[in-house]
Amino acid sequence: MDTLQAILNSMLREAISPQTAAVAIAAIGLNIHFGFTGLLNIGQSGFMLLGAYGFAIAIGHDLPLIVGILIGFGAALVFALVLGAPTLKLRGDYLAIVTISAAEIIRYVGRSALLTDFTGAAQGLQGVSYRTPFTDLSFFGGGDATLSPFNYLDVAGGAGWVRLLGWLVAIATVAGIIALVRGATGAGVVARRTSVGALAVVFVFLLFFLMPANYQNTGVNGWWVRFVSWLLVAICMLTVFLLVRSPWGRLLRGIREDEDAIRSLGKNVFAIKMQALIIGGLFGALGGMIYVLPSSVQPDSMGRSLTFFCYTALLLGGAATIFGPVLGSILFYAARIMIKGVANAYIPDSIMNGQQTEQFSYIVVGVALMLIVIFRPQGILGNKRELRFNV
Amino acid sequence: MSESTMARSDLADPAARRALMAGVDTTPGSSKPDPILVVDNIVRQFGGMTAVDVGHLEVQRGIITALIGPNGAGKTTFFNLITGFDRPTSAKSGAHWSFDGATLDKTSASSVAKAGMVRTFQLTKALSRMTVMDNMMLGAQDQAGENLLKSVFKPLWRGQERAIEEKAKELLARFKLLEKKDDYAGSLSGGQRKLLEMARALMSDPRMIMLDEPMAGVNPALTQSLLGHIQSLRDEGTTVLFVEHDMHVVRHISDWVAVMAEGRLVAEGPADSVMSDTAVIDAYLGAHHDTDLGDDALLTDEVMEEIGQEVAAEQKDES
Repeated sequence: MDTLQAILNSMLREAISPQTAAVAIAAIGLNIHFGFTGLLNIGQSGFMLLGAYGFAIAIGHDLPLIVGILIGFGAALVFALVLGAPTLKLRGDYLAIVTISAAEIIRYVGRSALLTDFTGAAQGLQGVSYRTPFTDLSFFGGGDATLSPFNYLDVAGGAGWVRLLGWLVAIATVAGIIALVRGATGAGVVARRTSVGALAVVFVFLLFFLMPANYQNTGVNGWWVRFVSWLLVAICMLTVFLLVRSPWGRLLRGIREDEDAIRSLGKNVFAIKMQALIIGGLFGALGGMIYVLPSSVQPDSMGRSLTFFCYTALLLGGAATIFGPVLGSILFYAARIMIKGVANAYIPDSIMNGQQTEQFSYIVVGVALMLIVIFRPQGILGNKRELRFNV
Repeated sequence: MSESTMARSDLADPAARRALMAGVDTTPGSSKPDPILVVDNIVRQFGGMTAVDVGHLEVQRGIITALIGPNGAGKTTFFNLITGFDRPTSAKSGAHWSFDGATLDKTSASSVAKAGMVRTFQLTKALSRMTVMDNMMLGAQDQAGENLLKSVFKPLWRGQERAIEEKAKELLARFKLLEKKDDYAGSLSGGQRKLLEMARALMSDPRMIMLDEPMAGVNPALTQSLLGHIQSLRDEGTTVLFVEHDMHVVRHISDWVAVMAEGRLVAEGPADSVMSDTAVIDAYLGAHHDTDLGDDALLTDEVMEEIGQEVAAEQKDES
């Protein structure tokens, strides 16, 4: 039971970590590219790395925080323009080729010893050099805090049955949410939305009740950076919601379906695709900045695999949905930790040692991605009628 | 439809149309009383093959002009060229075309559509994973909400959106698609997609609509209603240019016919006279269509002698 509790705790810690939020934001950007506009961008990590470098280098050279953020966004904007100008008039495949190579170029330039003064070459930039202005903004104060302060340890001394009961209720709330979303209850739209919202709140509370997390209030990797990054995730979701419900969003989906048809209706397809590429790229850059806040800027940790994590999160949650990328990244990271934790705890070292479980978890995730694409191409939240996996 | 186009134009009367076109020469490239589209010197080559080579063509405003020709005559390529979906090989050596007085030589497909010349496609391009209504709404021009900066603020485009929706409903009702408005376009039948594409093109109130084989793959009952729609468009003042294979359709609705063969414009005229034009018959059936090549009677002694001499000459050359 204690092993299980430890695995559950680490799953929750991973699920709410700022890096998960960062990948969620990058996946939201990718959703604009791939899910709504049909642009096959395989270089989202390039946008993230540029955002991170712009942010970290500017602040490292004693520029104010806001200027650092703007420089990160500016770098991603220029990157999108440079990539999009030659390729967006061609067929989609070319954008894919160019973005993946360009992202690798960014990474190799970052690693290059010639730029050690700016990028720190392969060593990267230490978080200390750019984190301070951000942590100085914190109004959370010092010390540490546990979320939730009222948790299973407070009820009957954390007995097994409390946790079991808690989990049963948690599973029941998820089942209730699914039933409501699928419209099985026959309730009205307003009633359905309110009860889904209420159940979601109960579920989140139960998670923290069953798996309390303890962090410093401000610190290097504490509640402050978590609060800001998840707040930004919410803002990004709201922005995307506002964008895609508009006629502009309708144009994006039209372009995804058939560019020539949209062209024949008198729309400037190139300009719209460029706008989509830039906006998705800016989300990527924002994700990159958050990704490096609690750690350091390591070019090699933001390579191709990060792009593929974003894709996994996006496809898992459901492309062309608002909440899909976020749900996808939370589940992706939590599931990976679970696989790793279970393999560590229950498979003897003679069969699989600690290092191998790490690799094993990625293998399982890869297989899971394939299964999703084959058996549930629309992801968890996607509308099967609207969007099948479409390359 | 806006009010001005709703009003029946003078050309709704068949006699008026006949009178208008009566004075026009029936030679290829003849000049029209009031051309809406003028095309000069358009050449498109694919490698060594010349797909389109049109010296001069004028399309009269307010009538239905049919563009016919056998397979591979270059009709669709010609469509693509003048709507900006393709570039003429002669772009730098004198290709010139203008729509309603505005030069279109170098404009993109979207600007051509904005200028008021909207096309449909031979293979329909319904946006399958969007609803019929969304398909229609995309057709409207100058939407404030399509501007990225304004799109986030709903009050800036809500009013316009409602007006567009009303217009889309009217058009859908006219094309008998209204009850399908919330279905995905991908669930429509082939004929309904043709209707949807035509209705979507009309959302922009075009001055000229170009239909690429509107009847291909449509069942006879629907053909009748499509023909009715095309005629009522003309009666409301829209110029129609369409590509078609079916001679009955062409004869039935077109006021003027232009014939292409091997990339060139070979004949022009009213439907009845152009069908009996020798150039047209040759293009469709081949110049020797009334010669029976299997007839032994053709092989007279003189012919046999000629052939014999040719063979002997060839053998001499080779040796």
